[in-house]
Amino acid sequence: MAARFAPPRYASPPPRHPGGEEAARLVVAGGGLVGLTVALDLARRGVDVVLLDEDDTVSTGSRAICFAKRTLEIYGRLGLGARFLEKGVTWNRGRVFHGEREAYAFDLLPEQGHEYPAFVNLQQYYAEAWLVEACAATGRVDLRWRHKVTGIENRPDGARLAVETPQGAYTLHAEWLLACDGARSFLRESLGLPFVGQVFRDRFLIADVVMQADFPTERWFWFDPPFHPGQSVLLHKQPDDVSRIDFQLGWEADPEAEKDPARVRARVAAMLGPKIPFELEWVSVYTFRCRRMERFRHGRTLFLGDAAHQVSPFGARGGNGGVQDADNLAWRLAAVLTGEAGEALLEGYEAERIPAADENILNSTRSTDFITPKNPAARAWREAVLQLARRHAFARPLVNSGRLSRPWSGQVAAPDAPVLREGQAEWLLRHIGHDGRFTLIAREATPPALPGVTALMLADTPRPGTLHDHSGLAAARLGLAPGEAALFRPDQILAGRAPAADRAALAALHAKALAR
Amino acid sequence: MSTLSTEPRLPDPDGFYALVMEAHRGLDEAASRALDARLVLILANHIGDAEVLAEAIALARRAGEEEA
Repeated sequence: MAARFAPPRYASPPPRHPGGEEAARLVVAGGGLVGLTVALDLARRGVDVVLLDEDDTVSTGSRAICFAKRTLEIYGRLGLGARFLEKGVTWNRGRVFHGEREAYAFDLLPEQGHEYPAFVNLQQYYAEAWLVEACAATGRVDLRWRHKVTGIENRPDGARLAVETPQGAYTLHAEWLLACDGARSFLRESLGLPFVGQVFRDRFLIADVVMQADFPTERWFWFDPPFHPGQSVLLHKQPDDVSRIDFQLGWEADPEAEKDPARVRARVAAMLGPKIPFELEWVSVYTFRCRRMERFRHGRTLFLGDAAHQVSPFGARGGNGGVQDADNLAWRLAAVLTGEAGEALLEGYEAERIPAADENILNSTRSTDFITPKNPAARAWREAVLQLARRHAFARPLVNSGRLSRPWSGQVAAPDAPVLREGQAEWLLRHIGHDGRFTLIAREATPPALPGVTALMLADTPRPGTLHDHSGLAAARLGLAPGEAALFRPDQILAGRAPAADRAALAALHAKALAR
Repeated sequence: MSTLSTEPRLPDPDGFYALVMEAHRGLDEAASRALDARLVLILANHIGDAEVLAEAIALARRAGEEEA
């Protein structure tokens, strides 16, 4: 059996001025996946961060597990990509079963030539532990464990936070506050900000089970399987021989009784059969919700991740959506704090991440509606879709066991592709945004020098100092004709395309992306 | 963009109606409902036009309300 994760215990620093006041440029409230990610991104951009967390360790239980390609690319930019690939369980395929038979299978990344797969499964606690290490290594993140925010006053010049620690309380004035304190956000509730949406009348048992079974590294979803009749089941493999199993229970289920380990064991045993030994690592019973805040920015307090929006887990859009919020906000805030851009640049955060949250909520809601039919007609339609899907390809796109996390459709993230640099194999994406700057890529042309922009030439034939697009995939995926250039923001999002010779047009794209 | 045709188009209306009735023969309520759902899915895929389908759904809904 593989080595199991041992949760670290982080030291709780004493308050600098017990009972007194302190000021900080930027405070991140909440040291979960999203808070740690935005703290690391900001620190790597030269911003000093104070991070407050009420606990002194990483998340318990395995919470988010499916890290999507775009999220892996973000962690690649933050220097952690290799760890995800090495430790995580890579998967691209999903299978959907109906009753005793397979209804259909899908491949989420059918093409080659990407550094990262469609998904890597990894317990959230590993990701958080690596992020803590990386934050500490920057020397710019003041990690304050067991510093609990107990009050907030939101003011035009920032937020005044009441903070309690085991060694006394203090007041912290944050010029900027990033609220990353999760779905039950204390900050959101203290400010009386509504969090509106829908509750699904269903309950789900989520169990992380340690077992050695021969399930392939694929996402398996069952509608009405013989071992759990009338309900659905989802299975994901994680590292350390841990499997995530979601059992749909129905609205009538008693959440307390369902958490009884004997009862959970019986459900798992019915699924695995008598020959596979297993133990339970973590069990919880959930009701799913889809909801969001009306605005993510309230003066100098900005909300990210589950604190701002919540989805059901089908589609893996919670953790991934939150990491993508961090990715979107960090470069903007760094540019504002360093004076490179004005506060208008922050408007883009809401302009992009609110519709992104809505897209995640829409997809998650539709999946949950399919999985949890609301009435007899919905159940009959779902059965009809599943029956037809077995033999008829046309019905398969209608089967909805979760529409898996994709980047927001309203913008274009830089594509990956294999390239050669001085004859060495490299990935295109490693040259976009990894230095924290805008990147201008011109195909078969010398890109103009713009201040604050890294310029790259993509060459069709090997040439020194260029990226050689030996397979042609880079130009095809970038959509660049010879003589054209594409400008990417520091978060690897496309700012626009223009002829490489048109310096004015490219400078205008740059200025627009910085809201200048 | 196509629009939903509501002109009579069935060459043999009685024959079509009889076919559908025959398909439902001997089915209980649940099985009939399932059959109708499969039939709608098959026809919807054949039509394939999102606007036509949306108009058809709206018309079906409206016709039911007018009846009530």
